Amino acid sequence: MNDFQIDRSIYDDANEDRSVFKSNPGELSEELVREISRVKNEPEWMLEKRLKGLELWNQTPLPNWGPSLEKLDLDAIQYFIRPGLEETSSWDELPEDIKATYDKIGIPEAEQKALSGVGAQYDSEVVYHKLKEEWEKQGVVFENMDVAVQKYPDLVKKYFMSTCVPISDHKFVMLHAAVWSGGTFIYIPKGVKVTVPLQAYFRMNAKNGGQFEHTLIIADEGSEVHYVEGCSAPQFNSSSLHAGCVELHVLEGAKVRYSSVENWSKNTFNLNTKRAIVHKNGVAEWVNGNLGSGVTMLYPSSVLIGEGARSDSLGIAFAAPGQHQDTGSKVVHAAPNTHSTIVAKSISRDSGITTYRGIVSIAKNATGCSTSTVCDALLVGDEAVSHTIPVMKVYNNKVTMAHEATVGKIGEDEIFYLMSRGLSEEDAIKLIVSGFIEPVVKELPLEYAVELNKLIALEMEGSVG
Amino acid sequence: MKLEIKDLVVQVEGKDILKGVSLTIEKGQVHVLMGPNGSGKSTLANTLMGHPAYEVVSGSLLLDGEDITDLDPDKRARLGLFLSFQYPKEIEGVTLANFLRTAYNSLHEDNPKSMVEFHKYLKEQMALLHIDSAFSRRYLNKGFSGGEKKRAEILQMKVLDPKYMVLDETDSGLDVDALRVVSEGINTMRGPEKGLLLITHYQRILDYVTPDVISILKDGEIVKTGDASLARKIEEQGFDKVISGE
Repeated sequence: MNDFQIDRSIYDDANEDRSVFKSNPGELSEELVREISRVKNEPEWMLEKRLKGLELWNQTPLPNWGPSLEKLDLDAIQYFIRPGLEETSSWDELPEDIKATYDKIGIPEAEQKALSGVGAQYDSEVVYHKLKEEWEKQGVVFENMDVAVQKYPDLVKKYFMSTCVPISDHKFVMLHAAVWSGGTFIYIPKGVKVTVPLQAYFRMNAKNGGQFEHTLIIADEGSEVHYVEGCSAPQFNSSSLHAGCVELHVLEGAKVRYSSVENWSKNTFNLNTKRAIVHKNGVAEWVNGNLGSGVTMLYPSSVLIGEGARSDSLGIAFAAPGQHQDTGSKVVHAAPNTHSTIVAKSISRDSGITTYRGIVSIAKNATGCSTSTVCDALLVGDEAVSHTIPVMKVYNNKVTMAHEATVGKIGEDEIFYLMSRGLSEEDAIKLIVSGFIEPVVKELPLEYAVELNKLIALEMEGSVG
Repeated sequence: MKLEIKDLVVQVEGKDILKGVSLTIEKGQVHVLMGPNGSGKSTLANTLMGHPAYEVVSGSLLLDGEDITDLDPDKRARLGLFLSFQYPKEIEGVTLANFLRTAYNSLHEDNPKSMVEFHKYLKEQMALLHIDSAFSRRYLNKGFSGGEKKRAEILQMKVLDPKYMVLDETDSGLDVDALRVVSEGINTMRGPEKGLLLITHYQRILDYVTPDVISILKDGEIVKTGDASLARKIEEQGFDKVISGE
C-alpha cells in the first residue's frame, strides 16, 4: 500500500502557503465559496460540489419541524476561517467557566489549550507518532480531510458526499457542502483490523475545522476500526453554528464503531449529520453523547443496503435549563435479514428539554429483519420535559420489531434510600444519574467514560433545591 | 448511651399515625418491636431515619443525647444510625460494590478506603455472610429476589458498621435458610457498643435472635413492654388477647 505513504512536506506546505483569509460575518456568497476552494487548492469537481451546495442552500427553507431555530442568526456567522488564524485568541480571553470546567475534570493545561483552540503548538503528533507508523505499514490512512482531497482524489471523489450523505439531503447539509473545512479522512484497507481506537481528539488541525468539519471513513471489505471523535470537554466556539458531517462507508463484512462526545458551548446550534452506508454483513456502531449546545438536532443514521448488515446505536443526551436536545437515531433496512438496535437515554434537568426522535423503516423486499428501539428518559426536577417521537415504517410483514419507552423521575424513595446510607442528596441524585447512563458510558473508551461521568456530575451540581 | 424516642407524634398526609410513642433502645440491647398490620411500625422506622414524607408533629428523637429530629437522613447515618429497609429500592446501573464504597467513604470522610482496600474489606464481609463475591458486581437490588434483597441489607449493615440499627421486617418473606443467614448476620452485630431495634410481625425470627426487650405497638401507641416471654405469648394467643389481657 505504498500509495498511501504520507508525505509530510505536502501537508506542511499546504498550511504555510495559504494566504491570510477570513470571511466577514454573514458573508455567504459565490465569491466566498470560490475563495475557499481556491485557498485550499481544490480540484474542479470539489468546487462544483460546493457551488451546487450553495445554490441548494439558497433555495431551501429552514426545517419546519423540531426545535425552534428562530434564534439562529445566520447573518452573524462567519462561514470560513482560515486554519491558523483563529489562534490569535489567547488563553486569557477564554471564558472563565470553560477554564474552570477544564480544571475540574482534570485536563492538563497543554491539552486544555489545544482544545480551546489556543495552543497551536501542542504537538499531538508525538503522541501518535509510533501508532501512526504502525498503521501506515498496514496501509491505513488517517489524514486531515483537506489534505486527503489532494492526496487521495479518487477515493474522496467516489465517497465524499455522494452515496452516503448527498449534498441535497437537507438544508444544513447543503450549507456544509458549500463551506466545509477540515475534518478527518480515514481509509482502512481490506482485511485490516485496527485494534487501538483512532482518535481525532489530539489531532492537530482537527480543532481548526470545528465548525463545518467533514469526517469520511471508508472501511474496506473485512476491515475493522473504532474511531473516536470530539471531546467531552466543552469546546469554546465563538461562532454559534456547528454543522459538521460524518460519512461512514462500511463495505462488505467490515465493522466500524464511531464514538463521539459533543459538548459545544451553550450558545451553539449543533445541527450535525452522521450517517453510515452498510454493505453485506457489515456492522455500524454509533455511540453518542450530547451534553452541550443550546439546541441540538442530531440523528446518527444507518442505511443497511446489503444482506446481513447490522446497525447498533447508543446515545445519551443531557439537557440543563436553556437546552433542547433533539436527538435520536434512524435506520433504513433496505436489504433482507438486516438487524438494528437503538438505545437512547436522556436526562432533562429542571427546565431542560430532551426529545427522542427516531425513524426505522423497513423496505418491502427487506424480509427477515429485526429491529428494536429502547428509549429511556429521566427527569430531574418538576419542570423537566421529555418527548418521545419514534416512527416505524414497515412495508412487509416478515420482520421482528420491538419498541420500549420509559419516562422516569428520580423518586423521593430512591433518594431517601441512598441518603440513609450517608450520601448527601446531591450525591444520591448523581449516583442515580450515573447508573442511568451506565449502559452507554461503559461502551466509551475509558478516558471518555470518566470525563463524561465527571461532566454530568458537574452539570447536576446545584440541581438540589 | 442510647437511642431515644420521646413522645413522638407523626403524621402522614395529614393523618396521625404515631400518637405519642416513647421507646428507648439501649446500647448492648436487642429491642424487638411487634405489632399487628397498620399499627405504625414502618412509620416509626421511616421517621427514625428521616423520610421526608413523615411529618413529626411533636416529640423528639435523641441519638446519644443529640437531637436528630430535624436532621436529614445522611446526617443521621453519619451519627451511626442505620435502617434496613422492608422494601429496598432498586438502583439501575450502580453496582452494589460501587454504591457501598460511595456510602462507606461518605461515612468515613476522614479515613476513606481506596478501591483496592475497600474490595478486600467487602470480600471479607461477604464471606462472613456466605454471599458469593459475584453478588457485589450486580446492580443494587436490581432483579434481586426477596431473600437476596434482605441479605444485601444485612451486608450493607455489616459493611457500614453503624451504632444503632433499625431492622424493618427484615425477616418477612424469607425461607428458613435465608432467615438463618440473616439472623446470623444480625447476631454478629450485637455487642456492648451496638443497639438494635428489630421490627417484626412474626415471632419466628426470635428463634434465632434472642431479644432483651419486647414492645408492642398498636394503633400508633406502645401498649405493652416486656421480656422475651411476651413474644411466645403473642404467638400462642394472638396480639389482641395479649394486649387486652392487660
